[in-house]
Amino acid sequence: MELADIPAILILAGIIAYAVLAGADFGAPIWAVTARGKESARLEQAGHRSMAPVWEANHVWLIFVLVICWTAYPEIFGSIFSTLWIPLILACIGIIMRAVGYVAGGVSVSRGIIWLAAGASLLVPFALGTVIGALVAGNVPPGNAAGNVITSWLAPVPITVGVLFIATSAYLAAVYLAADARRRREDELAEAFGQRALGAGILTGLLALAGLVVLYFDAKPFFDAMVSTNGKDNEVGRICVLVSAIAGTGTLLLISTRRYGGARFVAAVAVAAIVVGWGLAQQPEILPGLTIHQAAASDEVIIGLLIAVVIGLLVLIPSLYLLYGLVLGGRFDPLAVPEAGPGEAGRDLEPANRLRMALVVAVALAGGLMLFTSDSGATLYLGLALFMGGLVGGVLLLAGSLVRTD
Amino acid sequence: MLDLVAAAGDFAFGPGNSFPTVDQDYLLQARQMQAMSFAMHVPLVCFGIAFPSLVIFMEWLGLRTGKAHFTAIARRWSKVMITLFAAGVVTGTLLSFELGMLWPGFMSAFGDVFGLAFGLEGFSFFVEAIFISIYVYSWDRISPKKHILTGIPVIATGITGSMMVIAVNAWMNDPAGFSVDQAGQVIDVKPFEALFGNGHLWPQLTHMYLAAYIVVGFLIAGIYAFAWLKGRRGAYLRTAMVVPLAVACLAAPAQLLIGDWAARTVARDQPIKLAAFEGLYETTEGAPETILGWYTDDNKIEYGIQIPKLLSFLAYHDPDATVQGLQSVPEDDWPPINVVRMSFQTMVGIGTGLVVLAAWFLWIWFRRRRLPETKWFYRAVIVAGPAAVVALIAGWVTTEVGRQPWVVYGVMRTEQAVTGADGVVFGFAALFAVYVVLVATVFWVLRRIARQPLPPEIAALEGGGAGEETTGGTG
Ligand code: HDD
Ligand code: HEM
Ligand code: HEM
Repeated sequence: MELADIPAILILAGIIAYAVLAGADFGAPIWAVTARGKESARLEQAGHRSMAPVWEANHVWLIFVLVICWTAYPEIFGSIFSTLWIPLILACIGIIMRAVGYVAGGVSVSRGIIWLAAGASLLVPFALGTVIGALVAGNVPPGNAAGNVITSWLAPVPITVGVLFIATSAYLAAVYLAADARRRREDELAEAFGQRALGAGILTGLLALAGLVVLYFDAKPFFDAMVSTNGKDNEVGRICVLVSAIAGTGTLLLISTRRYGGARFVAAVAVAAIVVGWGLAQQPEILPGLTIHQAAASDEVIIGLLIAVVIGLLVLIPSLYLLYGLVLGGRFDPLAVPEAGPGEAGRDLEPANRLRMALVVAVALAGGLMLFTSDSGATLYLGLALFMGGLVGGVLLLAGSLVRTD
Repeated sequence: MLDLVAAAGDFAFGPGNSFPTVDQDYLLQARQMQAMSFAMHVPLVCFGIAFPSLVIFMEWLGLRTGKAHFTAIARRWSKVMITLFAAGVVTGTLLSFELGMLWPGFMSAFGDVFGLAFGLEGFSFFVEAIFISIYVYSWDRISPKKHILTGIPVIATGITGSMMVIAVNAWMNDPAGFSVDQAGQVIDVKPFEALFGNGHLWPQLTHMYLAAYIVVGFLIAGIYAFAWLKGRRGAYLRTAMVVPLAVACLAAPAQLLIGDWAARTVARDQPIKLAAFEGLYETTEGAPETILGWYTDDNKIEYGIQIPKLLSFLAYHDPDATVQGLQSVPEDDWPPINVVRMSFQTMVGIGTGLVVLAAWFLWIWFRRRRLPETKWFYRAVIVAGPAAVVALIAGWVTTEVGRQPWVVYGVMRTEQAVTGADGVVFGFAALFAVYVVLVATVFWVLRRIARQPLPPEIAALEGGGAGEETTGGTG
């Protein structure tokens, strides 16, 4: 492995996280529209309750993938985004529609909003699936809009992958929501989602098999790399496909025995394994005639990026742990009786203190003067710090004196 | 590295490279799309930057004094905050996509130079998204002290995240940290130097920060000023109005000083941009400042009001300094003068107006220890919010259009950055239809939030509109 490979691994990890986490956000509304009447509203609410606290965080994985891609492999990014702009814009439209669903869902739900969200749930996985499919089929040559903007993604392989993505996200959503309902002891709901998960799981598996057939006829090199033993040297990739198949079957067993908590994780493993398998089979050429090593930014850039990622992960991982801990621990579930508000025994704010006021004004003025009279260097930045410090102090004092209620 | 050069040939943009010429109309459309999407994102992110600290300040007041109305405000605002955050997230996502879809040339040539900043931005917003959820969904679920702590990362990451984006923009204004070789390839990339060793970062960041507080402060205060004008005077309403007002009224005068700093930075590094701000044709010693008027084809400003030597003073703090004129470079390298000049004047004009309003408020408070009594003050506050948004957008138009024809100042022209795929704009037109739905939903949701009844013990104190806030939406 070389330095230039590491960002690609991060991208794969990001895609996995986006697929297994945000995939479920997109799948959820599909279940609400396929049910009727009261049941539909119940499924919708269950979906909203489970996903609303996490969807924004889940969504950021997509940004993570894009950013790593354009920093580490700028040319790949430019090529993909210019040739595949249509599915990408469709994905954007879908993301906005989904956000409308979450925003509105917070206050009330109408049938129209549910349909909008469900439309997004078809559009986004499909569009992003066709992007991956276009890469699989080798339809995106390097260059500024060098590929055909229509046939690059409206072709059998991309369409198959797109449909597979829709099925997968609906399936994941059903599994997760079944597990959440079980945690909240809403057994009827758990059962409803469990049945749907089973059906969707079987369908997804069948679609995956059909996908292999399409690959065989339309993207033979990729098929060889991914599954057949006479293809390229890609042992690990084939193991991944196997793992995915086993995990997929395992999930179905877990669901049919109503072990939804376990099913949640095993289903995620099945998806993750197939993404890794794809990533490996897509080597060495990610775009026709272009390997990731050729497209990689300089070592210095990649090292800088990796430093940023490490720092970022040090903050991100504990934060995610906290968030999912609270969510999966049921801490955001509705409370029967809200606990008491803030402490009763408070003190009123002190009256405005002239000395402090004077101090704050003096600091701000001194800082402002330094800022105004220098063009660069320590005086300028010290002046800026003093000025902004004085400003913050001033705001606190002023606001404090304004809100005293006497 | 050699094969890299060969493979990347399609995207090289420098001398000796035949870059496909792009249809001018088409470039214009791409620019307008870019401008529209920014104009959507930026007012929203002002809330991401400035609102969390207001909410947390309110919560802190509630904890400290034990008075329920502070906490009630913080709770209600936190719902508004997450709604606007959601809209900010998706409009920002669109921008990331758009960078690739509209400007693949720019991204391919320079993605590695500034990508690092977007990486850090991504993490910042990640953490922001996580803690904003925790904050909003964990009212009553964790102890009040812990709850307020979960708000701190939201404030911090709002700062770091937007700092990274501004670092990219500052770099576009003052490119450094790389070189371009004979073949037009970008080499020797030093991302840290490019992004953080940049003289425009701090003035732009500080200016944008204050702008966010001004925008949010006046918009929120303006909403409550409506109810105030209808005669409601309870503690809840008063607090919800005066705290944002206090913030905005101190930030507005501070903005003058930082704006002056920004102008000096432009004068130093982008003399032609400055000349476009002012419509200055000839290089002039002791240049005058011209207010209003219109820059004509024969390179004069008609109907303007001249103030002698002011421009030299403002740009260099020396009334006799020489200011470079547009004449000194070929007309091909000029930005569209009137657009830049009008937006600059709009920003400065509104900024000055806001300072007057702030002075009015502060004067009365410090002399009389009361709020202004005349209705005109509250009417002015209502207008100030939208006006601040206009100043915000005008400021960005000044910066971005003023940088034209360069996307990376002095290095890469915008026509070299634009996508080769046509029809992209039609896609964007569809996208904006969805945007309209988003904006409408956000407004509708905010109205619903505003209509939710206040907790009964507070409603009793408020009187007037039966415990209902009669407010419109924010944003
Ligand atoms: C509420 C908004 C607001 C207000 C009241 C002002 N500005 Fe501003 N201005 C901005 C909001 C803004 C901005 C939108 O935030 C910009 C765009 C780029 C930037 O960094 O800040 C900006 C840019 C900007 C620039 C260009 C920087 C560049 O091109 O790099 C200058 C020279 C000024 N401003 C100067 C001023 C002055 C002298 C003001 C005095 C009243 C002023 N601004 C008020
Ligand atoms: C935040 C507020 C911003 C606003 C309102 C804004 C506005 C604009 C406008 C009006 C244009 C079109 C200029 C023209 O073609 O005449 C433009 C172009 C552009 N801006 Fe900005 N901009 C903002 C921030 C940024 C930032 C932070 C970046 C980079 C990270 C950026 C990158 C670009 C690019 C790549 C273009 C296209 C090239 C060009 O036309 O200059 N902008 N923007
Ligand atoms: C002056 C320019 C900008 C500022 C100050 C700014 C600031 C912010 C802030 C504070 C947020 C957090 C969300 C919110 O509070 O609503 C945000 C979100 C976002 N911004 Fe911007 N932004 C700017 C320009 C851009 C540009 C040029 C891009 C892309 C190229 C961009 C991409 C994003 C993305 C992807 C998000 C969503 C992150 C998430 O999922 O949480 N922003 N921006």
